[in-house]
Amino acid sequence: MGRYIIRRLLWTVFIVLLASILTFLIFFVLPAGDPALRFAGKQPTEELIAQARVNLGLDKSLPQQYWLFLSRLIGGDEYGWPGLGYSFHTRDAVLPELIDRSRVTGSIIVGGALMWMVIGVPVGVISALKRKTFWDRGLMGICLFFISAPVFWLALLSLLIFWKHLGWLPGTGYVPFAQNPGQWFAHLILPWCILALLYAAIYARLVRANMIDVVSEDYIRTAWAKGLSPRKVVMHHELRPALAPIIALFAIDLGALVGGTIVTETVFNMQGLGNWLLIAANNNDLPVTMAVTVVVAAAVCILTLIADVLLAIIDPRVRLQ
Amino acid sequence: MSSPREGHKLLEVRDLRVHFPTEDGVVKAVDGSSFALDRGETLGVVGESGSGKSITFLTVMGLINRSSARISGSVLFEGEEIIDASAARLRDIRGKRIGMIFQDPMTSLHPMHRVGDQIAEVVLTHTGASKKEAARLAVESLAEVGMPSPETRARQYPHEFSGGMRQRAMIAMALVLKPSLLIADEPTTALDVTIQAQILELIDELKEKFNIGVVLVSHSLATIADVSQDVMVMYAGRPAELGARDQVFQDAQHPYTWGLLESVPRPDVRVERLIPIDGQPPSLITLPPGCAFSPRCRHVRPECTAAVPELRDRGSGHLDACIIEPDEKTRLREERLAALEAGA
Repeated sequence: MGRYIIRRLLWTVFIVLLASILTFLIFFVLPAGDPALRFAGKQPTEELIAQARVNLGLDKSLPQQYWLFLSRLIGGDEYGWPGLGYSFHTRDAVLPELIDRSRVTGSIIVGGALMWMVIGVPVGVISALKRKTFWDRGLMGICLFFISAPVFWLALLSLLIFWKHLGWLPGTGYVPFAQNPGQWFAHLILPWCILALLYAAIYARLVRANMIDVVSEDYIRTAWAKGLSPRKVVMHHELRPALAPIIALFAIDLGALVGGTIVTETVFNMQGLGNWLLIAANNNDLPVTMAVTVVVAAAVCILTLIADVLLAIIDPRVRLQ
Repeated sequence: MSSPREGHKLLEVRDLRVHFPTEDGVVKAVDGSSFALDRGETLGVVGESGSGKSITFLTVMGLINRSSARISGSVLFEGEEIIDASAARLRDIRGKRIGMIFQDPMTSLHPMHRVGDQIAEVVLTHTGASKKEAARLAVESLAEVGMPSPETRARQYPHEFSGGMRQRAMIAMALVLKPSLLIADEPTTALDVTIQAQILELIDELKEKFNIGVVLVSHSLATIADVSQDVMVMYAGRPAELGARDQVFQDAQHPYTWGLLESVPRPDVRVERLIPIDGQPPSLITLPPGCAFSPRCRHVRPECTAAVPELRDRGSGHLDACIIEPDEKTRLREERLAALEAGA
């Protein structure tokens, strides 16, 4: 297992490099405008633009520029390690902002993911066990609603109700946990719910489908033949095989959300990674784009590695190689 | 454990009916099945797919969902009526007093739990034994079914076992609490021929050793021939013929049994070729009128379709559900055998 993990980590490095190269190339291939032009001020002269180009390193060849990016990333720069340079757009250092924004996005995703698993798995299990009853149809109907409802609409509606009309919540924005844990929680509860409802609905349907497959397996008939109680049959025999396929999906979803909670962040006015990536893409901000890409690629790789290891622990038929 | 009271059979089923209402009509999976079994006996149950043999014994085990089926009749187990027993009562019986093994040992064991744990779970569910004691009993049970190095095997997962070893593990699981009845639902169908004989031998050995009753369900007469004391031939949810092994094999009374016997090779009858039974098993929703086998029967006569034939005792406990008189059947049977040997 140890050798497998090391090999997968090396593979992760490779994937991250590949993703960064692709992002780098796409940035220059797409006719998005010259970052130096923007950098040179309101009334740029030829000299100012040329100077800006030199300052930003854009005068060098593409391989040279990429090599510079890579050597700073690995060796660090004046802002620390890993070296990510400064934003073309705001001229602020990327690294400290990346850390701040990772905390915001991390808070949203981890809380939301916990919530959607806690809601989605039991709803799926109950629906499967009460198949074709009022409960099953009702729960699946609700799921369909949350899958179909646009996230921005749900988010705005919930803000209107819980913030403006009921006044239960303190409003939008993000309060760091270290500054005030209570406010951190109060500001995050709504984004968590919005994120969780969509995914809980998707996961409930998946868990239900898996459970329905599992309950007709021969080994479940064996479990009944052993005289086990219904609770034991579900908890000890049905749940594990029904949830095993969910783990891999959970890892991928979680990784994708690292750069993908754009709508939630925007509506709730939270300065997270998704939001940042959107701004960077709109402003030809290469260093920020590269930084977020590296983080997302690494997150997806490491989370799927964890999922694969977990799956091998849960299902003895899975061999890591 | 309660011992059976005097005069009670181990298992006595009377007029069992299991009907499944569906959108297309009522599926009469079992439609009037009666038989009995004692400790130390093996009842071989033979029939085609859909003859109701598996459903009969899943019903005995209480494994048919009562909300989807209409069940009537009587199932006396050790003198106790269990057909309408509560779910909790049936759970108490399953695994502890009746063990069951299934057709495909590849899929009947849980793929994610260690074999020893799966066996120990039966002990933990039904007794107050400690985990350590349950694990010890699991290993003991594996040794009992001839598993080499049972301690190691108990720690392994099913995918590390061969098919025959998995079926042995299933038997160990079914018998770990020394139940009085073992129901084996096509236990060898999914196994290699050489392994089949081993598993049947093992079941027979354990039956003698623990003095248990065994129900051996199979679609093949050949499978049950060597180890059964009694044989029941089922057709379309009802017993067609029921009797001691030699009665059924040497002096078969039902044309369906004749067909079964003629469709398998037998060393004692030299035949030029095997004769299949014509036609398909009937739909269980719209059974043919009268005798369900009549549309496929070579000796059908008008009386056959008049009424559903009752099981009749031909003497000494040999029952069959064919209305043709015994003397005439003897003649018909001799004709068929003569035709077979002539290579008709």
